[in-house]
Amino acid sequence: MSSRIERTASISRAPVSQRGHVVPVSADPEAIGGTVSVTIDGIEAKVPLGTTILDAARALGLKIPTLCHHPDLEVAGVCRICVVEVEGQRTLQAACAFPITSPIRVQTHTRKVRQARRRILDLMLSKHVGECYTCFRNLNCELQTLAKEYGVDFFRFGHEAARRHQVDDSSYSVRRDMDKCILCRRCVRTCIDLQEVGVLEAVGRSDGTRIATFLDKPLNDVVCINCGQCINRCPTAALGAMDPTDDVWIDINDPKKHVVIQTAPAPRAAIGECFGLPPGTPLTFEMNTAMKTIGFDRVFDTNFTADLTIIEEGTELLLRLHEALVQKKDVALPQFTSCSPGWVKYLEHFYPEMIPNLSTAKSPQQMFGALIKTFYAQKAGIDPASIVACALMPCSAKKYECNRPEMCDSGHKDVDYGLVTRELGQMFHEAGIDLPKMPKGSFDDPFGTATGSGVIFGATGGVMEAAIRTVVELVTGLKIEDVFAHADVLPVRGFDGVRYVELPIPAIGEVPDLLKMNKGLPFSDWKWLEGAVLKVAVCHGTANAKRVVEDIKAGGTFSKCHFIEFMACPGGCLGGGGMPIPTSPEIRAARAKAIYAEDASYEIRKAHENPAVIRLYQEFLTDGPCGEKSHHLLHTHYTPRGKYIA
Amino acid sequence: MSAVKKGLVTFAAAVPEEGLKAALARPRSEVIAEVTASKLRGRGGAGFPTGVKWNLAAAATAPAKWVVCNADEGEPGTFKDRVILAEVPDLVLEGMTIAAWAIGAARGVLYLRGEYAYLRDSLEKVLARRREKGLLGTGILGSPLSFDVEIRMGSGAYVCGEETALIESLEGHRGEPRNRPPFPVDCGYRSEPTIVNNVETFACAAMVLAKGAEWFRGIGTEVSTGPKLFSVSGDCREPGVWEFPLGITIAGLLAAVGGEGAKAVQVGGASGRCVPASEFGRTLAFEGVPTGGSIIVFGPRRDMLHVAENFLEFFVDESCGQCTPCREGNAKLLEGVRMLREGRCSWAYLQELQKLGEVMQLASKCGLGQSSPNAFLSIVEHFRPEIMGRTAGGNA
Ligand SMILES: Cc1cc2nc3c(=O)[nH]c(=O)nc-3n(C[C@H](O)[C@H](O)[C@H](O)COP(=O)(O)O)c2cc1C
Ligand code: SF4
Ligand code: SF4
Ligand code: SF4
Ligand code: SF4
Ligand code: FES
Repeated sequence: MSSRIERTASISRAPVSQRGHVVPVSADPEAIGGTVSVTIDGIEAKVPLGTTILDAARALGLKIPTLCHHPDLEVAGVCRICVVEVEGQRTLQAACAFPITSPIRVQTHTRKVRQARRRILDLMLSKHVGECYTCFRNLNCELQTLAKEYGVDFFRFGHEAARRHQVDDSSYSVRRDMDKCILCRRCVRTCIDLQEVGVLEAVGRSDGTRIATFLDKPLNDVVCINCGQCINRCPTAALGAMDPTDDVWIDINDPKKHVVIQTAPAPRAAIGECFGLPPGTPLTFEMNTAMKTIGFDRVFDTNFTADLTIIEEGTELLLRLHEALVQKKDVALPQFTSCSPGWVKYLEHFYPEMIPNLSTAKSPQQMFGALIKTFYAQKAGIDPASIVACALMPCSAKKYECNRPEMCDSGHKDVDYGLVTRELGQMFHEAGIDLPKMPKGSFDDPFGTATGSGVIFGATGGVMEAAIRTVVELVTGLKIEDVFAHADVLPVRGFDGVRYVELPIPAIGEVPDLLKMNKGLPFSDWKWLEGAVLKVAVCHGTANAKRVVEDIKAGGTFSKCHFIEFMACPGGCLGGGGMPIPTSPEIRAARAKAIYAEDASYEIRKAHENPAVIRLYQEFLTDGPCGEKSHHLLHTHYTPRGKYIA
Repeated sequence: MSAVKKGLVTFAAAVPEEGLKAALARPRSEVIAEVTASKLRGRGGAGFPTGVKWNLAAAATAPAKWVVCNADEGEPGTFKDRVILAEVPDLVLEGMTIAAWAIGAARGVLYLRGEYAYLRDSLEKVLARRREKGLLGTGILGSPLSFDVEIRMGSGAYVCGEETALIESLEGHRGEPRNRPPFPVDCGYRSEPTIVNNVETFACAAMVLAKGAEWFRGIGTEVSTGPKLFSVSGDCREPGVWEFPLGITIAGLLAAVGGEGAKAVQVGGASGRCVPASEFGRTLAFEGVPTGGSIIVFGPRRDMLHVAENFLEFFVDESCGQCTPCREGNAKLLEGVRMLREGRCSWAYLQELQKLGEVMQLASKCGLGQSSPNAFLSIVEHFRPEIMGRTAGGNA
């Protein structure tokens, strides 16, 4: 199966009006008719047949402005800002939507073209309520940038001051301000076509057209999974995340509050983008210092609970396998990962009948919250009621997750605030911090230092790779390095939408002490796994998840899997809805590179070797992985929601 | 029903199935060659050469192709397709069947304007009768051709008359025009090659096959061949559907319908152009003032600003809202016309609006936005003193 991003239009759910022209491109560009010549602004080039004028121009280093076009999405051709002159055509043509199938001559910035673009901008601005100072996209806004590039020095067709729409802030994750919407429909295509959720649609027509939810319900009352992918692809501030920074500052400034922050792996590879650095510049340790500088009392590494998740989820998997293989019980397999809250909500809405397959292990964020207000509070001698637990996440759905009513196992709200990468960047700016120049600082105890196994959680396939490293070692007694060179489980890496891997268990060893701590384990050796082949799969983006779940329901290949990693966002967390804007396949690939480089640089790259994790079991979760205590604090339950919400 | 004056003269004289029999007796390529030789151009407004369109669809390789009859007739002031469907429906279906033979299609759709629902029963009866007579179905008239037609109803959006929006609507989506290319002849209904032709175009095609390209070329001008139906309304003595050869002058038409003394004529409906009396010598033809057939006559007492406002109100209602120039532009033009009426529009802003209109013509995604400023622009061009006359501040 191929990556969603590279999906062809034929399986797209987008109406044909919003699709590019699919010219069957000859597999062999050398073949006759495989290429076509084009002259753009006097430069001649040969391009594969069916290439759009926009792509051809970009390949030549020529810039054509765009708004409704996005590299992850189907072509729309609706904003018309990209119009160019094509010789012999009466009207201007949208460069993003015009496939070159015969030799043409194109001009990208004639007087006609510039006048048209300027007026199109003027029209957009005439309805755009809001001022850039008060806008979170200020200096990172495609509309604003174009206004500057095209020298907009007055509002030719006026500038509306009065709001026409109410801001929808019903969701814990996504905020909609339709007065800033320019109707490019990138969010619509993101939601229905990239994610295949289908929350947003254009309704009404003419100048009454607007982006709406089903029956105009608040976002909180529809099937939105909070993935925030629409936010990342909105060119303006019409979509944003619910921003808790004001409250976080208040708590930071309150001397009675002990404010701690855990930091997930993906933001480190991206926060540099908020400071003008190229994507994939890791700033992990600079960030630690900066967070202390702005007033966080402790900085923890979410990798700790990522590793813990692996132990818990891995043990859960072994228990399920034992039930299935030995006890011959009817147990839900494959086991699905549960660390992506967008994916969890997707399953709750669209496949509630599959909830038994979801691992009961909480996500690393929520495990951490529960431990901070119990284990850490105890150890540090701090009243958990005075602890404010923040979480730096790449993910808008994490904001929602920490507000799920069941996430209070510590006796308090386990995680108080989900902060996303963009928001922390903003807090740094506000405090005058030039992040790249910060000295390096380390993470605070008692949760130890970063591990590679936790870091790779940030990329699609990372959870699976970490799980394989651990499960293989725990079961075989071998070193993973002897199975996969440098402990790099390459088959599960990459950006293909769905990856399927078979992993024969090469040997069996002793049941390790860590697992034996749980006295309730139904097995004392691994004989029952002798000769077994572990079948796993990795998938990212809910559109791909949907295909995998449908395949499982139909009894296909994936129904034979034991364990499947699902991430709601294309690319996994590094493509999360809280990450710096913009996003593109190249940007996500650069972030992934940084994440894997960081993994390779760590000494500890296996969850079960994380000394802090081992200590936690010894000192606190004394009945071992999946024991009573861990069940209370580290596991959860789910809510069948269905598609139809009252 | 509308008053038919001289309407449908040619069509009414057609011999039933003469064209279809002639077509089925000849190979497809010759059928297309005959249509091409007739120089028949689309009667739906855009005037695309029908033979070329059919040839492109015939050349496309695909397991299934479609023949779609555009009976959405939504252009204000157009009502000739309704009369054709009411009076000579067989001729239209005959034309569709010929087209199916020509391009290799097995199925057809007649997309009927929602407001014409009352025609549906009688059209279904015509279809049933044709099936009985072996004029639709498998092995039509003993030939290898299998073809059938279903009727699908429009839902009242003007933009669904635009062929790609029509196809979207057939597929159950919002009626929004597609990006072109790809054109329907390559990728149309269900992503399969599709020809979309106007009701009158199919009727003409049947006549071409019956009487030959030469006969057809004998009517009209060198470039604009054949008879044409005109929906005439407005300030004249004999409104209704008229048939004239293409190439008649506006003055000639006005004389026939009793519209002498008109101050202006809107040719081509709301999306057409407003022609002032000084240009009544121009011809109604693709090389002159092109038209899908709508003629609205404005007598001397008509207020041209009111005319512009009326048309723009229509477009502000009917724009699909997909692309920026049309979605926002029409609203701005309408606002401008109202400012003119209230004497609040400066000379400079009027010029801005004209420029805006030109940008809409150039940059809109489909024909609706590309033509919606036409009436406004031509009225501003030809009746400037009249519309600026209301300026209270005296900046005219
Ligand atoms: C906004 C808009 C509305 C249209 N409405 C109609 C219509 O009602 N009937 C029609 O035949 N063509 C209509 N057309 C033209 C069609 O897009 C298309 O050109 C025509 O159906 C082709 O048939 P023809 O070549 O036989 O004229 C419309 C075009 C536009 C842009
Ligand atoms: S969305 Fe962009 S243009 Fe609009 S107010 Fe915000 S920064 Fe300015
Ligand atoms: S957050 Fe995700 S599910 Fe919700 S509207 Fe945006 S893209 Fe759709
Ligand atoms: S909300 Fe944003 S992405 Fe969606 S249409 Fe509006 S501007 Fe475009
Ligand atoms: S020109 Fe008007 S009708 Fe056509 S696509 Fe654009 S908004 Fe829709
Ligand atoms: S970017 Fe091409 S039309 Fe919007």
